[in-house]
Amino acid sequence: MFAKQLTVFIENRAGRLSEVLSVLKENKVNILSMSLADTTEYGLLRLIVDNATLGKEKLIENGFSSLLSDVSIIKIAHTAGSLQTLLKVIDKGGVNIEYMYGLSIESEDAYVVLKASDSEKIDEILNANGVKTLSCEDLAHI
Amino acid sequence: MIWSKEETLPREEIEALQLSRLQETVHRVYEKVPAYRKKMEDAGVRPEDIQSLSDLAKLPFVTKQDMRDTYPFGLFAVEKDKLVRIHASSGTTGKPTVVGYTQGDLDTWTECVSRIACMGGASAKDVAQICFGYGMFTGALGLHYGLENIGAAIVPSSTGNSQKQIMYMQDFETSLLVATPSYALRLAEVAGEMGVDPEKDLKVKIALVGSELLTDAMREEMHKYWGKDLLITSNYGMSELMGPGVSGECLEHCGMHINEDYFIPEIIDPKTGEVLPAGEQGELVITCIKKEGLPLIRYRTKDITRLFYEPCKCGRTLCRMENLSGRSDDMLKIRGVNVFPSQIEEVILSVEELGPHYEIILEREGYLDKLTVKVELAHSTDSFSVLEKIAKEVKDKLKVILGLDARVLLESPNTLQRFEGKAKRVKDLRNLSH
Ligand SMILES: [Zn+2]
Repeated sequence: MFAKQLTVFIENRAGRLSEVLSVLKENKVNILSMSLADTTEYGLLRLIVDNATLGKEKLIENGFSSLLSDVSIIKIAHTAGSLQTLLKVIDKGGVNIEYMYGLSIESEDAYVVLKASDSEKIDEILNANGVKTLSCEDLAHI
Repeated sequence: MIWSKEETLPREEIEALQLSRLQETVHRVYEKVPAYRKKMEDAGVRPEDIQSLSDLAKLPFVTKQDMRDTYPFGLFAVEKDKLVRIHASSGTTGKPTVVGYTQGDLDTWTECVSRIACMGGASAKDVAQICFGYGMFTGALGLHYGLENIGAAIVPSSTGNSQKQIMYMQDFETSLLVATPSYALRLAEVAGEMGVDPEKDLKVKIALVGSELLTDAMREEMHKYWGKDLLITSNYGMSELMGPGVSGECLEHCGMHINEDYFIPEIIDPKTGEVLPAGEQGELVITCIKKEGLPLIRYRTKDITRLFYEPCKCGRTLCRMENLSGRSDDMLKIRGVNVFPSQIEEVILSVEELGPHYEIILEREGYLDKLTVKVELAHSTDSFSVLEKIAKEVKDKLKVILGLDARVLLESPNTLQRFEGKAKRVKDLRNLSH
């Protein structure tokens, strides 16, 4: 199962990040997790939110370059080595991981957000190995 | 449609008409304009010396500086009470240049613009929306009267309030648009924001663009937004000479036909002032041969172009000037390299992932010029490699074309400034006095 990640392009300029956050706040889009990767000139802000479609629409209305992409949000146990076990499974399936970051919800388990080179294929691999992933509906109810 | 029979005269007849009008004009300014008489005396030439068109080269040039030196009416050849209209160009430094028209001049102007409108495909059936700023600038009123004269319905909407402009286009079924190329793109963008597709939902079939360069890349970009069938022609003029109407492109797209029965064009070497043969590139010099108020003789336009005298497929015999690739006034000197902003524009428009808006920033770091180009992303991406590829493509192309290293900054859509008149995309922050 995929979830939708909201990606926003931001220039490395004072106040730009906070403009994104205030658009989301005004539209009551709740941020569950974020990752900011940047160069000296610009960055990509990647967000997991409760309503990605609304977030994208409002950001575009406000002049941001924004899109949705498919990511897998995978539940992993809070124990040593569990992430590595997961990565081994994915590796074996021959899928590249483009990037990943954590997502914490108030529960015993941890989650990782994972963007793979082939999102169809990673879904198959995860399903075949009985790994639980979150959907957009799940995110809307967190 | 060809508006006037003068547009199709055989070359000998055009030249005979030009010579008699030139001789009359030279006699008149010698009699009536002390500044001209002085210039001619200094050059050792008298009106009788003009016996053929090639004798034009004996006359001294007039420059914009001459107009400033004689501000406001020093080069006028009529009493002020004969004037019926005064326009001025906004001088960025010091006094503006003032131009005045007699009733006869306004009639000439209207005639010239009527021809150019017809060259671009306009007819009495058109609803013409004029999105040029009305005021002291000659652009809007020139097109206004020329188009009205051929029977088109004029919508004098001027610039600004772009949403209302789109509403007029929908409600009045505007079929002809007069604008700068950059404002035409801006209007398409605003239409899009309003949920209006300019190609499908509007009836604009003709665009007469001017006051800004129309490069091939810009033309392509306009087709992208307004549809491939839009008839886009550029026209040329400057207030000193009259305003728009000096020349205009026909639908054969092979340069702009000069209204030679009113203006004699020459191409000179800008350094030596020597007249160059037809087909060679150099600075355009124009002599007004039917103006009453302000008949400028051998006016140096600073525009770089070439002239072609072969008859055109459209049936006109009027000579053609090549569409401008740059104005020498706009030329930038960056690390010793001559750069026209239009060259940078061409690179940006060639990159699929970028929008048509951009900004050129020049700074000085130590003793080195630093060139920064800001561009807008047209598509969204989740990938750094895509962003890097876009920036690199612009950088590499600039390097090949200009031989310069540039810093390329990617910006979100709709963040760079939009322009309604002539776009000002260059910010030169170098302090050149040091
Ligand atoms: Zn032609």
